[in-house]
Amino acid sequence: MLDAGFLIRWLTTAAALVEREADRLTELDSPIGDADHGANLRRGFTAVTAALAKEAPATPRAVLQLAGRQLISTVGGASGPLYGTLLRGTGKALGDAAEVSEAEFAAALRAGVEAVMRLGGAAPGDKTMVDALLPAVDALDAGFGAARDAAERGAEATVPLQARKGRASYLGERSVGHQDPGATSAALLIAALADSQEQGEDSTS
Amino acid sequence: MRMLINVPETVVADALRGMAAAHPELVVDVENRVIVRRDAPVAGKVALVSGGGSGHEPLHGGFVGPGMLSAACPGEVFTSPVPDQMVRAAAAVDSGAGVLFVVKNYTGDVLNFEMAAELAEDEGIQIAKVLVDDDVAVTDSLYTAGRRGTGATLFVEKIAGAAADEGQPLERVEAIARQVNENSRSFGVALNACTTPAKGSPTFDLPPGELELGIGIHGEPGRERRPMMTSGEIADVAVNAILDDFTPRNPVLALVNGMGATPLLELYGFNAEVQRVLAQRGVAVAHTLVGNYVTSLDMAGASVTLCQIDEELLRLWKAPVSTAGLRWGM
Repeated sequence: MLDAGFLIRWLTTAAALVEREADRLTELDSPIGDADHGANLRRGFTAVTAALAKEAPATPRAVLQLAGRQLISTVGGASGPLYGTLLRGTGKALGDAAEVSEAEFAAALRAGVEAVMRLGGAAPGDKTMVDALLPAVDALDAGFGAARDAAERGAEATVPLQARKGRASYLGERSVGHQDPGATSAALLIAALADSQEQGEDSTS
Repeated sequence: MRMLINVPETVVADALRGMAAAHPELVVDVENRVIVRRDAPVAGKVALVSGGGSGHEPLHGGFVGPGMLSAACPGEVFTSPVPDQMVRAAAAVDSGAGVLFVVKNYTGDVLNFEMAAELAEDEGIQIAKVLVDDDVAVTDSLYTAGRRGTGATLFVEKIAGAAADEGQPLERVEAIARQVNENSRSFGVALNACTTPAKGSPTFDLPPGELELGIGIHGEPGRERRPMMTSGEIADVAVNAILDDFTPRNPVLALVNGMGATPLLELYGFNAEVQRVLAQRGVAVAHTLVGNYVTSLDMAGASVTLCQIDEELLRLWKAPVSTAGLRWGM
């Protein structure tokens, strides 16, 4: 079962991954975007960890609502509302339970991804974070580790695509040949899910 | 990297502190990143709020003042501001007559302003929105996010700002803003990529002797790369790209806009070529503005924006304006 503590660990791990990979995300964002994805996400996740350290909400939903609000209020750009909506949409679908099963979490994350797709208007293959998130939720039945692999493959598969949403779409064919920074950061978020589960197992065994 | 900065993290805050010191007629909230005209809210009048990433100065903070914007929300460099900023700005300037959000068509700006509109309406503020999407370099289709909003933002903010100053109601100010956008087209050219403080090196490689056609204002590459051309050849490409997209029946306002690192000597020379092409194509020009207005940090290059006007729009364009970046008639 997953409780508020697990979700706090997830987001803290995600923040550490974003911190570690920020320069790579910004590097990916320079040829097809505006070279700030890493810096923006780092600012947002720093705010998330600070808020969670201060408040430590009691339910999974409350953790995600608080973190989502922080991202919307600090990241800016398209990533802020989209990642904020991902977390808040997932939280809303979880209801007010103190603990949820992995299956319940998987269904909620799918609802979160669907909220992102509605907000951004993006479909699979548009070269956006959806290309990592959707394969990840499809693989969640097989566990968080499978989702991590699927998200990473999804992000890598954006390389040959032509962007149809976001700033890269303005480049048309010239967006081809570059991995999408949004899909890459989305894969980090999913990887953090698997990492924090493995950490949890380590600490209880 | 040679930049006149302290550290990348404080670039926007530092600029706002300096702006506050230079412009006592503005209230600059450095912490919350909102720039408001000091006499706001103006009783009985519609307020205009815009915003977007920093790095496009004087857009948008430089256009706050009588006759133009009531408030502006600067984001991080090239990053949309967050909804909290717009809600705060709307609350500061709303006199009860409502607020028009002027939004450039970039996904981040659109999403954050949409969220802000919902939150502001929850607080009882009447909000209208106009989306600026004037860039002909991006072809509109079902499969893209649509055209970018660039130089026409200045026309929309000035003309709708004048309408608001006259006391016109929100729906009328919104309609005028839409009319200006629908009648505006832009095309931009880069001679050099820009350097963002966060990255510290040019955002894309442009070898000497080449230029990018069809650029936006965020340091992203354009649609096409070509060997370097003369000012006259560039004017032919830019103006013809616009006129291939629409045929003005009335006189136009022309904006010959520098991207940040091109001197006025070159911009005026480029304007001479732009006027030549317009005359050749039979387009009458009512008024021309030349300068750095909608910039992209230290990008070299220029954009051309044309706005087809009628008598009312020309009257509103000529109305007095007093801002840091645009000032006449008062």
